[in-house]
Amino acid sequence: MSAFANILAGGVFHAAVLFLVAAGLQLVFGVQKIVNLACGSFYALGAYFGITFIGYAAQFGMSPWLILPGLIVSGVLLGFIGPPIERLLRTIYSRDESFQLLLTFALVLMFQDVFKFIWGANPRSLDSAYLVYGTIGAGDFSMPVYNLLVILAAIAIACGLGAFLQRTNYGRILRATAENRVMAEALGVDVRRIYSAVFTAGAVLGTTAGALVVPTSAASLDMAIEFVVEAFAVVVIGGLGSMRGALIGATIVGLIRALSIVFFPEFEVIAIYVIVIGVLIFRPAGLFGRTLA
Amino acid sequence: MKAPLVVAAVVTTVFALLPYFVPPYYIGLMIPFFGYAIALLGFNLLFGYTGLLSFGHAMFLGIGAYGAAVMTGLGVKSFELVLIAVILASAVIALPIGLLCVRYIGIFFGMLTLAFGMLFHSFLFKFYYVTGGDSGMRVARMNILGLEFAKYNKIEFLTGPFYYYCLGLLVIGALIMWRIVHSPFGLHLRTIRDNARKAEYLGVHVRHFRLAAFVISAAFGAVGGAILGFRVGLADPDLVYWTQSGQLVFMAVLGGFANFFGPIVGSLSYILLQDQLQSFTEYWRFALGAILATIVIAFPQGIAGLALQFKRLVAGRSA
Repeated sequence: MSAFANILAGGVFHAAVLFLVAAGLQLVFGVQKIVNLACGSFYALGAYFGITFIGYAAQFGMSPWLILPGLIVSGVLLGFIGPPIERLLRTIYSRDESFQLLLTFALVLMFQDVFKFIWGANPRSLDSAYLVYGTIGAGDFSMPVYNLLVILAAIAIACGLGAFLQRTNYGRILRATAENRVMAEALGVDVRRIYSAVFTAGAVLGTTAGALVVPTSAASLDMAIEFVVEAFAVVVIGGLGSMRGALIGATIVGLIRALSIVFFPEFEVIAIYVIVIGVLIFRPAGLFGRTLA
Repeated sequence: MKAPLVVAAVVTTVFALLPYFVPPYYIGLMIPFFGYAIALLGFNLLFGYTGLLSFGHAMFLGIGAYGAAVMTGLGVKSFELVLIAVILASAVIALPIGLLCVRYIGIFFGMLTLAFGMLFHSFLFKFYYVTGGDSGMRVARMNILGLEFAKYNKIEFLTGPFYYYCLGLLVIGALIMWRIVHSPFGLHLRTIRDNARKAEYLGVHVRHFRLAAFVISAAFGAVGGAILGFRVGLADPDLVYWTQSGQLVFMAVLGGFANFFGPIVGSLSYILLQDQLQSFTEYWRFALGAILATIVIAFPQGIAGLALQFKRLVAGRSA
């Protein structure tokens, strides 16, 4: 029974990280109508940079207790890459979807070599520094407190994002722009600034997720291209552009992965795609997506 | 209509004479070019002519390569038999997948094909005892047209008889595809791409035609995959990964998907470009990405489009 709880805890942790990346993907798709294949690259960038950042911070005498806030700060700092990349994407907003997908694919290729150039081809990791927070447990069940904090942080971000989009004026403007770009522009919204801000926010969600996951697993060149298909699965299951969908989708994918690794290792990845295909067949717009015209 | 065929005939002759002038290394490079070019002819029927962007097309390359591996594992020695088998297998597999996928267009079609592609990849990757997992399956040497060429070693065989064989396959594939896109069927596909609703209103079974295009493109993909598998002597799951599907799209866009010969040009340029970049820098992916970004932003018509523009420019001057 407690073994089962351990598995579930692992699944929820994975889901929390997935949610952050998927939320970034959803935000960008919701407002800019661009499916960003490079979200996995942002995630990997966050992971690599997090390692370097914490390394330097430790040299300057940062207390190991500050590792979690430190990683979040490193993720947010990476937001500076958002505006220039958005500027690049701006050239193709009016074009066919396939061109948008391809441009972000070009970014994936370029990021791969940026990682290789800066951090080398070998996986990098932050040696179990996260254990500073200790573990909690009951009987056989145990879970690093760090993982719990990350899950809580993800939930906090989910709530914060939801409240921001639903309750604040800026959130309303965002939703209005997502709804009808031309009309929003006519009413005096500076759509360019909005797009830039949204893309940056989406990138920061990805980099922060990468930074948060790095104390528990190594950063490698494969993580970008592996993670993006999982994030894709999440948004397809949840419905493109829906935040609630990202939350549910991430939970489903995280738990299924955790369960299938234990019970049917062969079906670990297959199970996810089977669900994706099932959802697309029976609910094309995803569980929480709007039906497309 | 005749001019492109003349150009194609000249280019084919040049390729036929190539082994006499070009070092064997580059002749060896042409084998993957033929493989990808055949696969892309099919891919472009779907993308350029029908307007459906598949982001999981590497699956059919995989069916070709793994099909060849399974067939040679069973002791089949004839490459023609293997080709027929993988064409049939690919079409049979593409039929149900296509039935589901063609209900969508745009980004959803892309995502659904991506999901099927990754489903196939994880099957190859995880079912170790069936598919060899990440180490893949061996593709044994086969005979072509019943001839063994036993006195040739593998390299000589690939750069000699097999080169001409693949050139022949590409010519046949291109002729078939030319016939398809210039038939009423091809016209239907283009109508569907430009205005699906109007096509439907005029009595076209839009989904049937999309499905047919999907199945045909899958068959072409399998032929390309079998060639690739034969050349390397191995079918491995990397051939099916989603980045490989992205590479196919890259080639099509590089050459120019709006043009019949674009994919062939794209596949040749990509192979040569990748080869040169790899010998030049360890960071060739960055360069490829930058080139792709430039094409997408500045030259969406690709190389074939640039060539046509140039031709018009020259024609305009002389007139």
